[in-house]
Amino acid sequence: MSVVDPGVTTSVPAPRAGLSTADSSGRGRRSRGAGVNRRPNPWLMLLGSVVIIAVFIVPYAIMFIGSLKTQAEITRIPPPYIGDALHFDNYRTMWSSNVHPSDGLTATIVISVVATAIVLLVATPAAWFTARYTFPGRTVFLALVLIVQMLQPTVLAVGLFREFLQLGLNDTWIAMILVNSAFNLTFAVWIMQAFFASIPREVDEAAALDGAGRLQILTRISLPLVWPGIVTALIYVFVAAWNEYAAASIIMTSNDLQPLTVALPRFFGLYAAQWQYIFGVSIVAIVPVVVLFSLIEKRLAGGLTAGSVK
Amino acid sequence: MATTTAPAPSTLGARPRRARRAPGHSSLFTALPWLAPALLLIFGVVLYPAGYMVYTSFRKFNRIGVERGGAGFDNYQQALDYPGVNIGRVFLNTFIWVAVVTVVSIVISLFLAQFLNKQFRGRKLVRLAVVVPWAASVVMTTSIFFYGLNPDYGIINRFLVDVGILDSPYGFTKSAVPAFITAMVVAIFVSLPFTTYTILSGLQGVPDDVVEAAYVDGASAWQRYTKVILPMLRPAISIATLIMIINVFNSLPILQILVEAPGYDADITTTLIFKYKTVLGPGVASALSVVNFLVVMTVIAVYLAVLRPTKDR
Repeated sequence: MSVVDPGVTTSVPAPRAGLSTADSSGRGRRSRGAGVNRRPNPWLMLLGSVVIIAVFIVPYAIMFIGSLKTQAEITRIPPPYIGDALHFDNYRTMWSSNVHPSDGLTATIVISVVATAIVLLVATPAAWFTARYTFPGRTVFLALVLIVQMLQPTVLAVGLFREFLQLGLNDTWIAMILVNSAFNLTFAVWIMQAFFASIPREVDEAAALDGAGRLQILTRISLPLVWPGIVTALIYVFVAAWNEYAAASIIMTSNDLQPLTVALPRFFGLYAAQWQYIFGVSIVAIVPVVVLFSLIEKRLAGGLTAGSVK
Repeated sequence: MATTTAPAPSTLGARPRRARRAPGHSSLFTALPWLAPALLLIFGVVLYPAGYMVYTSFRKFNRIGVERGGAGFDNYQQALDYPGVNIGRVFLNTFIWVAVVTVVSIVISLFLAQFLNKQFRGRKLVRLAVVVPWAASVVMTTSIFFYGLNPDYGIINRFLVDVGILDSPYGFTKSAVPAFITAMVVAIFVSLPFTTYTILSGLQGVPDDVVEAAYVDGASAWQRYTKVILPMLRPAISIATLIMIINVFNSLPILQILVEAPGYDADITTTLIFKYKTVLGPGVASALSVVNFLVVMTVIAVYLAVLRPTKDR
């Protein structure tokens, strides 16, 4: 069952490119109907569904409803559950408020988009080559990739700060882009090489016979075959960069350059915190990521655990 | 960790064997251009700062962070024995934090995954709801609880009073122990999507006919779960636990944001590093970072040695 070739001792669950596990197993089950797989009690399932949705969504509902209150309503004692009116115009006025969401949002977007692009450009060739060829040092490279995954920006934050101090890069987006690309790179390499390894070699060989070079085989043949897997890995990298906090909190010191994760907490403890705006910005930052994650929902676990740590 | 075999999705058996054939050969010279950018990033931004941090932990710094020669183990001594910091308590907190958040998340996820693996109307919606805390930044999720638990205008506090659980609003974040417990609840909440989805992928690898066979043999639902399904979930649970230990250990924003209590009684080693960075400078912070990393490695080694999650049973 392992798609990782013999050079690696660990076998991982194979992330599969196009198919959805959920659907294929579900179809088999439905046809049986009786015995051990009899249909669950619909009312019990409904109750369970409602409870689960409530627990997971209520905090974000509090956030959304809060984002529609006035400053007076959201800091009133005791607080109203819902404001007198729904102030959707908060989503317009917040841009010129003290929270300065456009600064943080710009930083977050630039850092995570560039970091994800770098990961794509750097991880794809490395993953493809290690999946396709043996070469001296290949096992060492894959072991390095695994070990580095154990390290997180939090553990090395002080070292990163010292390094960027040395390079004069502290408090720059370049530093944050480097951190986010480097720490997500190994994960992407690991996942992608498992995907590439799942393509039968005959496909490459046929292309090579037709005179295609390695780069052409990678971009024209391999990538189109496993792109859903690559996209999954990239979305995961993007979300990790989007939400990174530890390194940014120590490297980014200028208020107007900080990404949202570091910029917003500055306002939490203030005497007259503008929670309606903080929540409005948060909703704006959360919604696109939820949409991205919902696109890869079916592959979220199977594909991801393949690449992590083990 | 050599023998871990994570569950494969059920249709995987159909994979053609030729996909596993040994890859072609190539020289290091040919390989290098393909790997060089990746190696550059790994060495430049992960391994170099790691080494530099170890070096920093043995250097002396003045008040404004300028290096002033070697320090021997002074930084380590200061990191572990700083006035006002009960380092034993910090280590105990770290242990409780990692153990409780990891174990509780996994136990709840076993139930959640079991539920989400069933066929029912609206399953897609429920699954999507479970993903949300994973997608949202931990900082933003924590901010909801920080606001909601404010004793004056916090909406969660008001709700707890309205339903009669509390007599009057309570300052959950104002003193060390309640703040720490609250932070653990939030940490569990944000961890559930990952652990649930990992276990769910394991459940999807459990073949129907094996469970069916146990049913035919007269095994009760509880027996089928504990004797058939749970053992097959072992690899998924081990992976989830391992990643959780690393993540929870390195968890920073929840405690940093939620705990408003002064002092160091609600700190874990990771949050203490960031306080030391501000108060005592890079030398001591690096020393504690090195200690912190050694502790994580020890915990993982103990986990692998004692529980043997990778041993096939």
